[in-house]
Amino acid sequence: MTVAGKINTLHFGILLFLLACFFILPAYHVGALSRIMVLAIYAIGLNILFGYTGLLSLGHAMFFAAGMYGLGLSIKFLGVSVIPAFGIGILSAAVLSVLVGLLALRTVGVSFMIVTLMFAQTIYLVVLYFGEYTRGDEGFVLQQAERMLLNFDVTTEAGRYFVAFGAFSICLISFAALVQSSFGKRLVAIRENEERARMLGYDVWRYKLLAVIISGTVSGVAGALYALLFGYVGATFASVQYSILPLLWVLLGGAGKTIGPLIGVAFMFYLIDASSAYTSAYMLIAGLALVILTMFAPRGIAGILQAKVWPWLP
Amino acid sequence: MAALTLLETKGLTKTYGGLQANTNIDFTLQKGLVTALIGPNGAGKSTFVGMLSGRTSATQGSVIFEGRDISHLPAHKRIQLGLAYTFQITSIFTGLSVHENVALAAGRTMSADGNTLNIKVYQTLDQVGIADRADQIAGDLSYGHQRLLEIAMGLAQEPKLFILDEPTQGLAETEINDFITLIRSLAGHTTILLIEHNMKVVMDTADHIAVLDQGMLLAEGTPAEISANASVQAAYLGKTVDA
Repeated sequence: MTVAGKINTLHFGILLFLLACFFILPAYHVGALSRIMVLAIYAIGLNILFGYTGLLSLGHAMFFAAGMYGLGLSIKFLGVSVIPAFGIGILSAAVLSVLVGLLALRTVGVSFMIVTLMFAQTIYLVVLYFGEYTRGDEGFVLQQAERMLLNFDVTTEAGRYFVAFGAFSICLISFAALVQSSFGKRLVAIRENEERARMLGYDVWRYKLLAVIISGTVSGVAGALYALLFGYVGATFASVQYSILPLLWVLLGGAGKTIGPLIGVAFMFYLIDASSAYTSAYMLIAGLALVILTMFAPRGIAGILQAKVWPWLP
Repeated sequence: MAALTLLETKGLTKTYGGLQANTNIDFTLQKGLVTALIGPNGAGKSTFVGMLSGRTSATQGSVIFEGRDISHLPAHKRIQLGLAYTFQITSIFTGLSVHENVALAAGRTMSADGNTLNIKVYQTLDQVGIADRADQIAGDLSYGHQRLLEIAMGLAQEPKLFILDEPTQGLAETEINDFITLIRSLAGHTTILLIEHNMKVVMDTADHIAVLDQGMLLAEGTPAEISANASVQAAYLGKTVDA
Protein backbone atom coordinates (compact mmCIF):
# COMPACT_ATOMS: atom_id res chain seq x y z
CA MET A 1 0.00 0.00 0.00
CA THR A 2 1.27 3.49 -0.75
CA VAL A 3 1.95 5.89 2.11
CA ALA A 4 -1.05 8.01 1.12
CA GLY A 5 -3.17 4.86 1.13
CA LYS A 6 -2.00 3.92 4.61
CA ILE A 7 -2.72 7.41 5.92
CA ASN A 8 -6.25 7.39 4.46
CA THR A 9 -6.89 3.92 5.84
CA LEU A 10 -5.81 5.05 9.30
CA HIS A 11 -8.01 8.14 9.28
CA PHE A 12 -11.06 6.36 7.92
CA GLY A 13 -10.41 3.50 10.33
CA ILE A 14 -10.49 5.93 13.26
CA LEU A 15 -13.74 7.45 12.00
CA LEU A 16 -15.28 4.02 11.52
CA PHE A 17 -14.23 3.10 15.04
CA LEU A 18 -15.81 6.26 16.45
CA LEU A 19 -18.99 5.50 14.53
CA ALA A 20 -19.06 1.96 15.90
CA CYS A 21 -18.49 3.27 19.44
CA PHE A 22 -21.93 4.82 19.41
CA PHE A 23 -23.56 1.42 18.99
CA ILE A 24 -21.21 -0.54 21.24
CA LEU A 25 -20.43 1.70 24.20
CA PRO A 26 -22.71 2.44 27.15
CA ALA A 27 -24.42 5.83 27.30
CA TYR A 28 -21.86 7.36 29.65
CA HIS A 29 -18.99 6.79 27.22
CA VAL A 30 -21.06 7.88 24.24
CA GLY A 31 -21.66 11.19 26.01
CA ALA A 32 -17.99 11.45 26.90
CA LEU A 33 -16.96 10.76 23.31
CA SER A 34 -19.20 13.54 21.98
CA ARG A 35 -17.36 15.95 24.23
CA ILE A 36 -13.98 14.46 23.34
CA MET A 37 -14.64 14.84 19.61
CA VAL A 38 -15.63 18.51 19.96
CA LEU A 39 -12.59 19.27 22.11
CA ALA A 40 -10.42 17.33 19.65
CA ILE A 41 -11.51 19.81 16.96
CA TYR A 42 -10.28 22.55 19.26
CA ALA A 43 -6.97 20.72 19.67
CA ILE A 44 -6.73 20.28 15.88
CA GLY A 45 -7.02 24.05 15.63
CA LEU A 46 -4.09 24.58 17.97
CA ASN A 47 -2.09 21.76 16.38
CA ILE A 48 -2.11 23.56 13.00
CA LEU A 49 -0.39 26.55 14.56
CA PHE A 50 1.71 24.94 17.26
CA GLY A 51 2.41 21.44 15.94
CA TYR A 52 2.86 22.26 12.27
CA THR A 53 3.91 25.91 12.05
CA GLY A 54 5.88 25.96 15.30
CA LEU A 55 4.11 29.01 16.70
CA LEU A 56 3.11 28.56 20.33
CA SER A 57 -0.04 30.47 21.20
CA LEU A 58 -0.96 30.67 24.88
CA GLY A 59 -4.24 32.37 24.13
CA HIS A 60 -6.30 30.06 21.97
CA ALA A 61 -9.21 30.22 24.42
CA MET A 62 -10.07 33.57 22.83
CA PHE A 63 -10.85 31.88 19.53
CA PHE A 64 -12.82 29.10 21.21
CA ALA A 65 -14.72 31.76 23.15
CA ALA A 66 -15.29 33.86 20.02
CA GLY A 67 -17.00 30.89 18.38
CA MET A 68 -18.93 30.08 21.53
CA TYR A 69 -20.17 33.61 22.24
CA GLY A 70 -20.70 34.34 18.56
CA LEU A 71 -23.21 31.51 18.44
CA GLY A 72 -24.59 31.91 21.96
CA LEU A 73 -25.16 35.66 21.96
CA SER A 74 -26.66 35.73 18.48
CA ILE A 75 -29.17 33.03 19.45
CA LYS A 76 -29.96 34.75 22.73
CA PHE A 77 -30.18 38.35 21.61
CA LEU A 78 -30.75 38.29 17.86
CA GLY A 79 -33.06 35.30 18.00
CA VAL A 80 -31.50 33.76 14.92
CA SER A 81 -31.68 30.04 14.26
CA VAL A 82 -28.81 27.63 14.70
CA ILE A 83 -27.28 27.67 11.21
CA PRO A 84 -26.81 31.44 10.86
CA ALA A 85 -25.75 31.60 14.52
CA PHE A 86 -23.13 28.98 13.77
CA GLY A 87 -21.98 31.10 10.84
CA ILE A 88 -21.72 34.16 13.11
CA GLY A 89 -19.70 32.12 15.61
CA ILE A 90 -17.21 31.00 12.96
CA LEU A 91 -17.03 34.48 11.48
CA SER A 92 -16.30 36.00 14.91
CA ALA A 93 -13.39 33.62 15.40
CA ALA A 94 -12.13 34.27 11.86
CA VAL A 95 -12.22 38.06 12.26
CA LEU A 96 -10.55 37.83 15.66
CA SER A 97 -7.81 35.58 14.29
CA VAL A 98 -7.09 37.99 11.44
CA LEU A 99 -6.72 40.86 13.91
CA VAL A 100 -4.68 38.87 16.42
CA GLY A 101 -2.53 37.45 13.61
CA LEU A 102 -1.76 40.87 12.14
CA LEU A 103 -0.72 42.22 15.53
CA ALA A 104 0.85 39.22 17.27
CA LEU A 105 2.93 38.17 14.28
CA ARG A 106 4.93 41.34 14.64
CA THR A 107 6.59 39.44 17.47
CA VAL A 108 8.39 36.09 17.56
CA GLY A 109 9.22 33.37 20.07
CA VAL A 110 8.46 34.09 23.70
CA SER A 111 7.01 37.50 22.86
CA PHE A 112 4.46 35.80 20.59
CA MET A 113 3.36 33.59 23.48
CA ILE A 114 3.01 36.56 25.81
CA VAL A 115 1.17 38.69 23.27
CA THR A 116 -1.34 35.92 22.51
CA LEU A 117 -1.79 35.35 26.25
CA MET A 118 -2.45 39.07 26.72
CA PHE A 119 -5.00 39.22 23.93
CA ALA A 120 -6.79 36.21 25.40
CA GLN A 121 -6.87 37.82 28.84
CA THR A 122 -8.31 40.95 27.25
CA ILE A 123 -11.09 38.92 25.64
CA TYR A 124 -11.74 37.19 28.95
CA LEU A 125 -12.00 40.53 30.75
CA VAL A 126 -14.27 41.89 28.01
CA VAL A 127 -16.59 38.92 28.55
CA LEU A 128 -16.70 39.70 32.29
CA TYR A 129 -17.07 43.44 31.70
CA PHE A 130 -20.17 42.93 29.60
CA GLY A 131 -21.60 40.61 32.26
CA GLU A 132 -25.03 42.10 31.71
CA TYR A 133 -25.17 40.30 28.37
CA THR A 134 -22.70 37.44 28.83
CA ARG A 135 -23.66 36.61 32.44
CA GLY A 136 -19.91 36.46 33.14
CA ASP A 137 -18.60 33.45 35.04
CA GLU A 138 -22.09 32.20 35.69
CA GLY A 139 -22.74 31.98 31.98
CA PHE A 140 -26.06 31.24 30.32
CA VAL A 141 -27.90 28.21 29.08
CA LEU A 142 -29.25 27.75 25.58
CA GLN A 143 -32.69 26.18 25.73
CA GLN A 144 -33.54 23.02 23.88
CA ALA A 145 -35.94 24.91 21.61
CA GLU A 146 -33.14 27.29 20.60
CA ARG A 147 -30.85 24.44 19.65
CA MET A 148 -32.81 22.82 16.83
CA LEU A 149 -30.62 22.17 13.81
CA LEU A 150 -33.40 22.52 11.22
CA ASN A 151 -35.71 19.77 12.49
CA PHE A 152 -32.95 17.81 14.07
CA ASP A 153 -32.75 17.80 17.85
CA VAL A 154 -29.11 18.05 18.92
CA THR A 155 -29.96 17.77 22.60
CA THR A 156 -30.52 14.02 22.49
CA GLU A 157 -27.65 11.62 23.07
CA ALA A 158 -27.74 10.45 19.46
CA GLY A 159 -28.20 13.92 17.98
CA ARG A 160 -25.27 15.25 19.91
CA TYR A 161 -23.06 12.30 19.04
CA PHE A 162 -23.72 12.42 15.33
CA VAL A 163 -23.32 16.17 14.99
CA ALA A 164 -20.03 15.94 16.90
CA PHE A 165 -18.99 12.96 14.80
CA GLY A 166 -19.89 14.68 11.52
CA ALA A 167 -18.01 17.84 12.43
CA PHE A 168 -15.02 15.92 13.69
CA SER A 169 -14.91 13.82 10.51
CA ILE A 170 -14.92 16.90 8.31
CA CYS A 171 -12.22 18.54 10.43
CA LEU A 172 -9.97 15.47 10.62
CA ILE A 173 -10.16 14.75 6.89
CA SER A 174 -9.60 18.35 5.81
CA PHE A 175 -6.85 18.74 8.41
CA ALA A 176 -5.12 15.61 7.06
CA ALA A 177 -5.44 16.94 3.50
CA LEU A 178 -4.09 20.32 4.60
CA VAL A 179 -0.95 18.97 6.25
CA GLN A 180 -0.16 16.75 3.28
CA SER A 181 -0.67 19.56 0.78
CA SER A 182 2.18 21.75 -0.39
CA PHE A 183 0.81 24.47 1.89
CA GLY A 184 1.09 22.17 4.91
CA LYS A 185 4.60 21.15 3.96
CA ARG A 186 5.63 24.78 3.78
CA LEU A 187 4.26 25.36 7.29
CA VAL A 188 6.45 22.50 8.49
CA ALA A 189 9.39 24.04 6.63
CA ILE A 190 8.83 27.29 8.54
CA ARG A 191 8.68 25.35 11.81
CA GLU A 192 11.91 23.54 10.99
CA ASN A 193 13.97 26.45 9.71
CA GLU A 194 12.29 29.77 9.11
CA GLU A 195 15.31 31.53 7.61
CA ARG A 196 15.86 28.71 5.12
CA ALA A 197 12.20 28.80 4.12
CA ARG A 198 12.45 32.54 3.52
CA MET A 199 15.62 32.05 1.48
CA LEU A 200 13.80 29.52 -0.68
CA GLY A 201 11.51 32.35 -1.69
CA TYR A 202 8.56 31.69 0.60
CA ASP A 203 6.74 34.64 2.08
CA VAL A 204 7.06 33.35 5.64
CA TRP A 205 4.96 36.08 7.22
CA ARG A 206 2.01 35.40 4.91
CA TYR A 207 2.13 31.65 5.61
CA LYS A 208 2.21 32.32 9.35
CA LEU A 209 -0.74 34.67 9.10
CA LEU A 210 -2.74 32.07 7.16
CA ALA A 211 -1.82 29.49 9.80
CA VAL A 212 -3.10 31.76 12.59
CA ILE A 213 -6.34 32.39 10.69
CA ILE A 214 -7.00 28.72 9.92
CA SER A 215 -6.02 27.70 13.44
CA GLY A 216 -8.16 30.36 15.12
CA THR A 217 -11.16 29.69 12.90
CA VAL A 218 -11.07 25.92 13.52
CA SER A 219 -10.87 26.62 17.27
CA GLY A 220 -13.90 28.86 16.84
CA VAL A 221 -15.79 26.04 15.12
CA ALA A 222 -15.13 23.92 18.20
CA GLY A 223 -16.34 26.70 20.51
CA ALA A 224 -19.57 27.23 18.56
CA LEU A 225 -20.16 23.49 18.42
CA TYR A 226 -19.58 23.14 22.16
CA ALA A 227 -22.17 25.80 22.93
CA LEU A 228 -24.63 24.22 20.52
CA LEU A 229 -24.24 20.63 21.70
CA PHE A 230 -23.91 21.21 25.43
CA GLY A 231 -26.17 24.24 25.64
CA TYR A 232 -23.94 26.31 27.89
CA VAL A 233 -21.94 29.47 27.29
CA GLY A 234 -19.67 30.75 30.07
CA ALA A 235 -16.57 32.82 30.74
CA THR A 236 -14.60 29.80 31.99
CA PHE A 237 -14.11 28.84 28.35
CA ALA A 238 -12.36 32.15 27.72
CA SER A 239 -10.07 31.77 30.73
CA VAL A 240 -6.40 30.90 30.61
CA GLN A 241 -7.21 27.33 31.64
CA TYR A 242 -8.81 26.76 28.24
CA SER A 243 -5.71 28.08 26.50
CA ILE A 244 -3.46 25.67 28.37
CA LEU A 245 -5.66 22.59 28.05
CA PRO A 246 -5.46 22.29 24.24
CA LEU A 247 -1.70 22.69 24.54
CA LEU A 248 -1.57 19.73 26.95
CA TRP A 249 -3.82 17.67 24.69
CA VAL A 250 -1.64 18.36 21.68
CA LEU A 251 1.60 17.67 23.56
CA LEU A 252 0.24 14.46 25.05
CA GLY A 253 -1.29 13.18 21.85
CA GLY A 254 1.58 14.25 19.65
CA ALA A 255 2.28 17.72 18.29
CA GLY A 256 2.49 17.90 14.52
CA LYS A 257 0.60 14.63 14.07
CA THR A 258 -2.88 14.40 12.58
CA ILE A 259 -4.13 11.88 15.12
CA GLY A 260 -2.42 13.61 18.06
CA PRO A 261 -5.32 15.87 19.07
CA LEU A 262 -7.94 13.11 19.36
CA ILE A 263 -5.56 10.81 21.24
CA GLY A 264 -4.51 13.60 23.60
CA VAL A 265 -8.05 14.70 24.48
CA ALA A 266 -9.26 11.12 24.96
CA PHE A 267 -6.23 10.17 27.04
CA MET A 268 -6.52 13.13 29.37
CA PHE A 269 -10.30 12.79 29.69
CA TYR A 270 -10.09 9.17 30.74
CA LEU A 271 -7.04 9.78 32.91
CA ILE A 272 -8.93 12.35 34.98
CA ASP A 273 -12.06 10.21 34.83
CA ALA A 274 -10.26 7.14 36.16
CA SER A 275 -8.20 8.91 38.81
CA SER A 276 -11.15 10.86 40.19
CA ALA A 277 -12.76 7.53 41.03
CA TYR A 278 -10.01 6.90 43.57
CA THR A 279 -9.17 10.26 45.03
CA SER A 280 -10.31 13.85 45.12
CA ALA A 281 -6.70 14.82 44.32
CA TYR A 282 -7.20 13.54 40.80
CA MET A 283 -5.42 16.53 39.28
CA LEU A 284 -2.31 15.39 41.13
CA ILE A 285 -2.44 12.03 39.40
CA ALA A 286 -3.15 13.68 36.06
CA GLY A 287 -0.24 16.05 36.61
CA LEU A 288 2.10 13.24 37.51
CA ALA A 289 1.11 11.29 34.41
CA LEU A 290 1.75 14.38 32.31
CA VAL A 291 5.20 14.84 33.78
CA ILE A 292 6.10 11.19 33.21
CA LEU A 293 4.83 11.23 29.67
CA THR A 294 6.66 14.42 28.72
CA MET A 295 9.84 13.07 30.27
CA PHE A 296 9.79 9.71 28.52
CA ALA A 297 7.79 10.51 25.41
CA PRO A 298 8.44 14.14 24.50
CA ARG A 299 6.80 13.63 21.11
CA GLY A 300 3.55 12.39 22.61
CA ILE A 301 1.61 9.20 22.13
CA ALA A 302 1.45 9.60 18.36
CA GLY A 303 5.21 10.16 18.44
CA ILE A 304 5.65 6.75 20.12
CA LEU A 305 3.37 5.18 17.51
CA GLN A 306 5.45 6.76 14.76
CA ALA A 307 8.72 5.53 16.25
CA LYS A 308 7.50 2.00 16.98
CA VAL A 309 4.70 1.11 14.58
CA TRP A 310 3.88 3.57 11.81
CA PRO A 311 6.91 5.51 10.59
CA TRP A 312 4.77 7.11 7.87
CA LEU A 313 2.44 8.83 10.36
CA PRO A 314 1.67 12.31 8.96
CA MET B 1 30.90 35.64 -24.88
CA ALA B 2 28.88 38.80 -25.14
CA ALA B 3 29.02 40.68 -21.89
CA LEU B 4 25.44 40.78 -20.65
CA THR B 5 24.95 42.25 -17.22
CA LEU B 6 22.77 40.16 -14.90
CA LEU B 7 23.28 42.06 -11.69
CA GLU B 8 24.72 45.40 -10.82
CA THR B 9 25.33 47.33 -7.62
CA LYS B 10 25.73 51.06 -7.37
CA GLY B 11 27.35 52.66 -4.36
CA LEU B 12 26.34 49.79 -2.12
CA THR B 13 27.22 50.62 1.47
CA LYS B 14 26.57 48.95 4.81
CA THR B 15 27.34 50.58 8.12
CA TYR B 16 27.09 48.78 11.45
CA GLY B 17 27.18 51.51 14.05
CA GLY B 18 30.46 53.24 13.31
CA LEU B 19 31.86 50.36 11.30
CA GLN B 20 31.82 50.51 7.51
CA ALA B 21 31.39 46.88 6.49
CA ASN B 22 30.96 47.75 2.81
CA THR B 23 31.83 51.10 1.28
CA ASN B 24 30.45 52.35 -1.98
CA ILE B 25 30.68 49.15 -3.97
CA ASP B 26 30.05 49.41 -7.72
CA PHE B 27 30.01 45.93 -9.09
CA THR B 28 28.66 44.18 -12.16
CA LEU B 29 28.04 40.51 -12.61
CA GLN B 30 28.18 39.08 -16.12
CA LYS B 31 25.58 36.59 -17.22
CA GLY B 32 26.68 32.98 -17.62
CA LEU B 33 30.02 33.41 -15.88
CA VAL B 34 31.38 32.04 -12.64
CA THR B 35 32.51 35.02 -10.63
CA ALA B 36 34.49 34.46 -7.47
CA LEU B 37 34.41 36.98 -4.66
CA ILE B 38 37.54 36.72 -2.57
CA GLY B 39 39.14 38.70 0.20
CA PRO B 40 40.62 38.25 3.65
CA ASN B 41 38.46 37.44 6.68
CA GLY B 42 36.33 40.40 7.64
CA ALA B 43 36.62 41.99 4.20
CA GLY B 44 32.82 42.25 4.01
CA LYS B 45 32.09 39.46 1.54
CA SER B 46 29.16 37.96 3.43
CA THR B 47 27.73 41.40 4.10
CA PHE B 48 27.94 42.14 0.40
CA VAL B 49 26.12 39.01 -0.77
CA GLY B 50 23.71 39.48 2.13
CA MET B 51 22.71 42.79 0.57
CA LEU B 52 22.37 41.15 -2.85
CA SER B 53 20.03 38.44 -1.55
CA GLY B 54 18.14 40.74 0.79
CA ARG B 55 19.13 39.07 4.04
CA THR B 56 20.94 42.25 5.04
CA SER B 57 19.47 45.65 4.30
CA ALA B 58 21.77 48.15 2.64
CA THR B 59 22.51 51.44 4.36
CA GLN B 60 22.92 53.11 0.99
CA GLY B 61 23.13 52.30 -2.69
CA SER B 62 21.14 50.08 -4.99
CA VAL B 63 21.02 46.54 -6.34
CA ILE B 64 19.86 46.11 -9.92
CA PHE B 65 18.88 42.66 -11.15
CA GLU B 66 18.06 42.17 -14.83
CA GLY B 67 17.70 45.91 -15.21
CA ARG B 68 15.26 46.23 -12.32
CA ASP B 69 16.01 47.97 -9.04
CA ILE B 70 15.43 45.36 -6.36
CA SER B 71 16.94 47.33 -3.46
CA HIS B 72 13.64 47.61 -1.65
CA LEU B 73 12.40 44.06 -2.19
CA PRO B 74 12.41 41.68 0.77
CA ALA B 75 14.56 38.55 0.49
CA HIS B 76 11.77 36.15 -0.53
CA LYS B 77 10.75 38.43 -3.43
CA ARG B 78 14.33 38.53 -4.70
CA ILE B 79 14.51 34.74 -4.51
CA GLN B 80 11.28 34.58 -6.49
CA LEU B 81 12.94 36.68 -9.21
CA GLY B 82 15.57 33.99 -9.68
CA LEU B 83 18.25 34.39 -7.04
CA ALA B 84 19.29 31.40 -4.97
CA TYR B 85 21.42 31.53 -1.90
CA THR B 86 23.33 28.88 0.02
CA PHE B 87 24.32 29.68 3.54
CA GLN B 88 27.86 29.82 4.84
CA ILE B 89 26.73 27.85 7.87
CA THR B 90 24.74 24.88 6.57
CA SER B 91 21.06 25.68 6.75
CA ILE B 92 18.79 22.80 5.82
CA PHE B 93 15.59 21.32 7.22
CA THR B 94 17.34 18.83 9.52
CA GLY B 95 14.12 17.17 10.68
CA LEU B 96 12.88 16.41 7.16
CA SER B 97 14.07 13.85 4.65
CA VAL B 98 16.60 14.73 1.97
CA HIS B 99 13.85 14.33 -0.61
CA GLU B 100 11.53 16.73 1.23
CA ASN B 101 14.30 19.30 1.54
CA VAL B 102 14.83 19.42 -2.21
CA ALA B 103 11.10 19.17 -2.90
CA LEU B 104 10.55 22.31 -0.82
CA ALA B 105 13.22 24.10 -2.83
CA ALA B 106 11.87 22.98 -6.19
CA GLY B 107 8.22 23.05 -5.13
CA ARG B 108 7.75 26.79 -4.97
CA THR B 109 7.18 26.87 -8.70
CA MET B 110 5.85 23.34 -9.15
CA SER B 111 2.81 21.48 -7.86
CA ALA B 112 3.67 19.50 -4.74
CA ASP B 113 2.35 16.08 -5.58
CA GLY B 114 3.09 16.01 -9.28
CA ASN B 115 5.38 13.38 -10.71
CA THR B 116 7.41 16.12 -12.36
CA LEU B 117 8.45 17.36 -8.95
CA ASN B 118 9.61 13.90 -7.97
CA ILE B 119 11.64 13.57 -11.15
CA LYS B 120 13.15 17.01 -10.59
CA VAL B 121 14.13 16.10 -7.02
CA TYR B 122 15.93 12.92 -8.09
CA GLN B 123 17.62 14.68 -11.00
CA THR B 124 18.98 17.36 -8.70
CA LEU B 125 20.10 14.89 -6.05
CA ASP B 126 21.80 12.89 -8.77
CA GLN B 127 23.60 16.01 -9.94
CA VAL B 128 25.28 16.42 -6.55
CA GLY B 129 25.64 12.66 -6.09
CA ILE B 130 23.38 11.94 -3.11
CA ALA B 131 20.33 10.45 -4.85
CA ASP B 132 20.82 7.19 -2.96
CA ARG B 133 20.22 9.05 0.29
CA ALA B 134 16.88 10.60 -0.68
CA ASP B 135 14.93 8.92 2.12
CA GLN B 136 17.37 9.69 4.92
CA ILE B 137 16.63 12.39 7.46
CA ALA B 138 18.76 15.38 6.44
CA GLY B 139 20.07 15.89 9.98
CA ASP B 140 21.53 12.37 9.94
CA LEU B 141 23.72 13.05 6.89
CA SER B 142 27.45 13.63 7.27
CA TYR B 143 28.63 17.22 7.19
CA GLY B 144 29.88 16.94 3.62
CA HIS B 145 26.59 15.48 2.43
CA GLN B 146 24.67 18.23 4.20
CA ARG B 147 26.73 20.79 2.28
CA LEU B 148 25.89 18.96 -0.96
CA LEU B 149 22.21 18.90 0.00
CA GLU B 150 22.33 22.64 0.55
CA ILE B 151 23.81 23.07 -2.92
CA ALA B 152 21.13 20.76 -4.34
CA MET B 153 18.46 22.98 -2.76
CA GLY B 154 19.94 25.92 -4.61
CA LEU B 155 20.14 24.05 -7.92
CA ALA B 156 16.58 22.76 -7.60
CA GLN B 157 15.30 26.31 -7.84
CA GLU B 158 16.90 26.63 -11.28
CA PRO B 159 18.18 30.08 -10.35
CA LYS B 160 19.35 32.71 -12.78
CA LEU B 161 21.92 33.73 -10.21
CA PHE B 162 23.30 31.23 -7.75
CA ILE B 163 25.13 32.74 -4.78
CA LEU B 164 27.30 30.30 -2.87
CA ASP B 165 28.73 31.50 0.43
CA GLU B 166 31.87 29.45 1.15
CA PRO B 167 30.44 26.18 -0.16
CA THR B 168 33.61 24.12 0.29
CA GLN B 169 34.21 25.12 3.90
CA GLY B 170 34.87 21.96 5.89
CA LEU B 171 34.75 19.63 2.89
CA ALA B 172 37.30 16.87 2.33
CA GLU B 173 39.71 17.02 -0.59
CA THR B 174 37.77 14.53 -2.75
CA GLU B 175 34.51 16.33 -2.02
CA ILE B 176 36.13 19.59 -3.08
CA ASN B 177 37.17 18.03 -6.38
CA ASP B 178 33.60 16.82 -6.95
CA PHE B 179 32.39 20.31 -6.17
CA ILE B 180 34.74 21.81 -8.75
CA THR B 181 33.42 19.37 -11.36
CA LEU B 182 29.84 20.28 -10.43
CA ILE B 183 30.44 24.03 -10.76
CA ARG B 184 32.13 23.52 -14.11
CA SER B 185 29.16 21.50 -15.34
CA LEU B 186 26.88 24.42 -14.49
CA ALA B 187 29.04 27.00 -16.19
CA GLY B 188 27.38 28.61 -19.17
CA HIS B 189 23.73 28.27 -18.19
CA THR B 190 23.77 29.36 -14.54
CA THR B 191 25.43 32.55 -13.42
CA ILE B 192 27.38 31.86 -10.26
CA LEU B 193 28.73 34.15 -7.58
CA LEU B 194 31.08 32.21 -5.39
CA ILE B 195 32.54 33.38 -2.11
CA GLU B 196 35.51 31.19 -1.53
CA HIS B 197 38.64 30.96 0.57
CA ASN B 198 40.10 27.92 -1.13
CA MET B 199 42.26 29.36 -3.91
CA LYS B 200 42.39 26.06 -5.78
CA VAL B 201 38.59 26.14 -6.11
CA VAL B 202 38.70 29.77 -7.19
CA MET B 203 41.41 29.25 -9.80
CA ASP B 204 39.80 26.07 -11.14
CA THR B 205 36.29 27.41 -11.51
CA ALA B 206 36.20 31.19 -11.82
CA ASP B 207 36.02 33.07 -15.11
CA HIS B 208 36.22 36.35 -13.28
CA ILE B 209 37.44 37.34 -9.84
CA ALA B 210 36.53 40.30 -7.67
CA VAL B 211 38.62 41.11 -4.63
CA LEU B 212 37.13 42.77 -1.59
CA ASP B 213 39.35 44.29 1.07
CA GLN B 214 38.25 46.28 4.10
CA GLY B 215 34.78 46.68 2.67
CA MET B 216 35.97 48.07 -0.65
CA LEU B 217 36.33 46.58 -4.09
CA LEU B 218 40.08 46.32 -4.50
CA ALA B 219 40.44 44.74 -7.92
CA GLU B 220 38.61 42.80 -10.61
CA GLY B 221 39.77 40.70 -13.51
CA THR B 222 40.53 37.27 -14.87
CA PRO B 223 42.27 34.76 -12.59
CA ALA B 224 45.56 35.50 -14.35
CA GLU B 225 45.18 39.25 -13.90
CA ILE B 226 44.28 38.88 -10.25
CA SER B 227 47.23 36.62 -9.42
CA ALA B 228 49.51 39.14 -11.13
CA ASN B 229 47.98 42.14 -9.36
CA ALA B 230 50.44 43.57 -6.87
CA SER B 231 47.91 45.21 -4.55
CA VAL B 232 45.89 41.99 -4.36
CA GLN B 233 49.00 40.10 -3.47
CA ALA B 234 49.73 42.62 -0.77
CA ALA B 235 46.25 42.56 0.68
CA TYR B 236 45.27 38.99 0.30
CA LEU B 237 47.79 36.51 -0.94
CA GLY B 238 50.59 37.89 1.19
CA LYS B 239 53.56 39.92 0.10
CA THR B 240 55.90 37.07 -0.75
CA VAL B 241 53.91 35.23 -3.35
CA ASP B 242 56.02 33.15 -5.63
CA ALA B 243 53.25 31.39 -7.55
